[in-house]
Amino acid sequence: MSVEVWTYIIVGITFAAYIYIGYSNRVRDTKGFYVAGQGVPAVANGAAIAADWMSAASFISMAGLISFLGYDGAIYLMGWTGGYVLLALLLAPYLRKFGKYTVPDFVGDRYYSQFARVLAAVATVIVSLTYVAGQMRGVGIVFSRFLGVPINIGVLIGMVVVAIFAVLGGMKGITWTQVAQYSVLIVAYLIPAIAIGIVITGIPIPQLAFTFGDIVPKLNMAQLSHDFAVEYTQPFQTKPMLDVLAITLALMFGTAGLPHVITRFYTVPSVRAARYSAGWALLFIAILYTTAPAVATFARYNLFQTLDDAVITNITPGEKQDLYELAYSGEVKDANGDPVFEAGAPVTWATSWQETGLLAFVDKNDDGKIFFGPGTAFSPTKNFKSPNADSENETYFDRDIIVLANPEVAQLAPFVIALVAAGGLAAALSTASGLLLAMSSAVSHDIYFRVIKPSASERDRMIAGRSMILVAVILAGYFGIRPPGFVGQVVAIAFGLAAASNFPPILLGIFDKRTNARGAISGLVVGFGFTLIMVLLMKSVQIFGTSEPIIKSFYGISAEGIGTIGMLLNLIIAYTVSHLTAPPPQEIQEMVENVRLPSGAGQAAAH
Amino acid sequence: MSEQKEWTRANAEAYWKRNIRMITVLLIIWGLVSYVAAIFLAQPLYTIKLGQLPLSFWFAQQGSILIFVLLIFVYCWLMDRLDREYGLSE
Repeated sequence: MSVEVWTYIIVGITFAAYIYIGYSNRVRDTKGFYVAGQGVPAVANGAAIAADWMSAASFISMAGLISFLGYDGAIYLMGWTGGYVLLALLLAPYLRKFGKYTVPDFVGDRYYSQFARVLAAVATVIVSLTYVAGQMRGVGIVFSRFLGVPINIGVLIGMVVVAIFAVLGGMKGITWTQVAQYSVLIVAYLIPAIAIGIVITGIPIPQLAFTFGDIVPKLNMAQLSHDFAVEYTQPFQTKPMLDVLAITLALMFGTAGLPHVITRFYTVPSVRAARYSAGWALLFIAILYTTAPAVATFARYNLFQTLDDAVITNITPGEKQDLYELAYSGEVKDANGDPVFEAGAPVTWATSWQETGLLAFVDKNDDGKIFFGPGTAFSPTKNFKSPNADSENETYFDRDIIVLANPEVAQLAPFVIALVAAGGLAAALSTASGLLLAMSSAVSHDIYFRVIKPSASERDRMIAGRSMILVAVILAGYFGIRPPGFVGQVVAIAFGLAAASNFPPILLGIFDKRTNARGAISGLVVGFGFTLIMVLLMKSVQIFGTSEPIIKSFYGISAEGIGTIGMLLNLIIAYTVSHLTAPPPQEIQEMVENVRLPSGAGQAAAH
Repeated sequence: MSEQKEWTRANAEAYWKRNIRMITVLLIIWGLVSYVAAIFLAQPLYTIKLGQLPLSFWFAQQGSILIFVLLIFVYCWLMDRLDREYGLSE
């Protein structure tokens, strides 16, 4: 069977399973809809968080990004995992004890302020919307790459599937669907990684192959022999140390402030289960995150290896790019006994991926071979008809190809390639559903029920919840089809704002009894405002289409890391203003004491 | 419930203090394996090898993540013990 048939079969089966799981877990009350009835076991919640967390970008793009960034890829590896330690130690158990449905619930109640509640709800919507639009686009891209479906049709298919299980099942349906999605995505990620690890190093566990196999020293050597100035493992080649520090901090604190992640800790039955589910979540995430850097080096080394020996057998001129057919070299001796290279077996993946525009070659020096080195092969980078004369590099490859082409490079069976497509879709859909719920609950629960109409009946609230999720799906789909400039800036906007707005008020709300409404609101306004303005100014090229960024950096810190400064400002201002003004009311201080203790004795302490 | 220590304000404060102490120690380790070993000491630790990798590179792309997982489970286990000691097990 062909790859395409396999892909239709596997994607079809998994989609049917998601819809069935969503349908069989449909809910009738708001507690089920927003927090899955608080009955999710810790391990299942861990898997759901992991699926929620790992997006299309983690699945498809991260290994490629790391192979491009080398050592500095650590910003994503550490930044997107370290936040779970903060969640487990500083936030999750106490938010579970507090026991409501959302982040704005906590902020509004703890700071006895509707204004703070609305502010937190607005931050939640902005953060989640930026994030979710990229996910819907990811669904479209996977469809187009593997099945040749136009991107927009792919987005529409994704919208329909998410709408069915999220509207019917709410948090409960989403949770159990995410558990299934985690299983699909991790299997799809590990099979090619293990297979390639065995081919290259003979060690079947990618993490061990990476650490103890000789692949990294070999890659370092290949890198130097190809005119790269430094080894693959050299730190701070793409960013200065200060920026690496700021970005890692912003990603960690942003993780701990992302509403769709925090909400998941409300769904478990106890404080203890909240702690453990953070542990399970990070374990499940770590399986992929420690495999990704291994995949990055395997794939990069493979690329060097393949291109080093390959010879060009045919060039077909094309409108957008010339299609190169390559073949592995077969070495033979000529009459004098000197080695001569002849074309051996064709490099099929190189041919097929050129057709997607993710790979391009140009034989600048007409030596009948392809050279891969530093610099860009084309200028501008994606105009495959204009070779860049300033660089000897003859290869362009899109970073996504590292994961997408992996199974073909390692010559795995067609069903594995189909599985990778299903894995990418699982990653995108699971993240999208979690974000859609966070967005819709900020509007239907926090703004509609808690602020506008507290007298709303259970039935009205369910209608509001379900219709808001539908609105959110349509909005996300619209931005997926027509992505505005901010969609590509997920790291800067979503993580920066989450770090600068949500994390500080929750942290202080638990650990500093003295923090009052005035302090929290001042901190929130300054932290949120500062970060938003800085990101908009530094990313003005992508967001507003200016020709130059309005500001290049903030004392050497880029837009991706600016959330760290916003968070520090928020913390300092909230703390200082609170301690200069009157303490919060007695009942709030008692609430904080109560939140600090696991449930059993909690009630006792309040008496 | 009857075997539980009698719950007092002093008890609650002692419990909270011990919790804070554990959090502090674990977060220091969290910072050491990520910010110190993989960022501040990236160059000095580069010459030391773990397996085939420079030590700082191992912390940056493998070690820190594995230790993060351990830290959370250690905290869970420590808090289970603390909760039991104070009769706060759920």
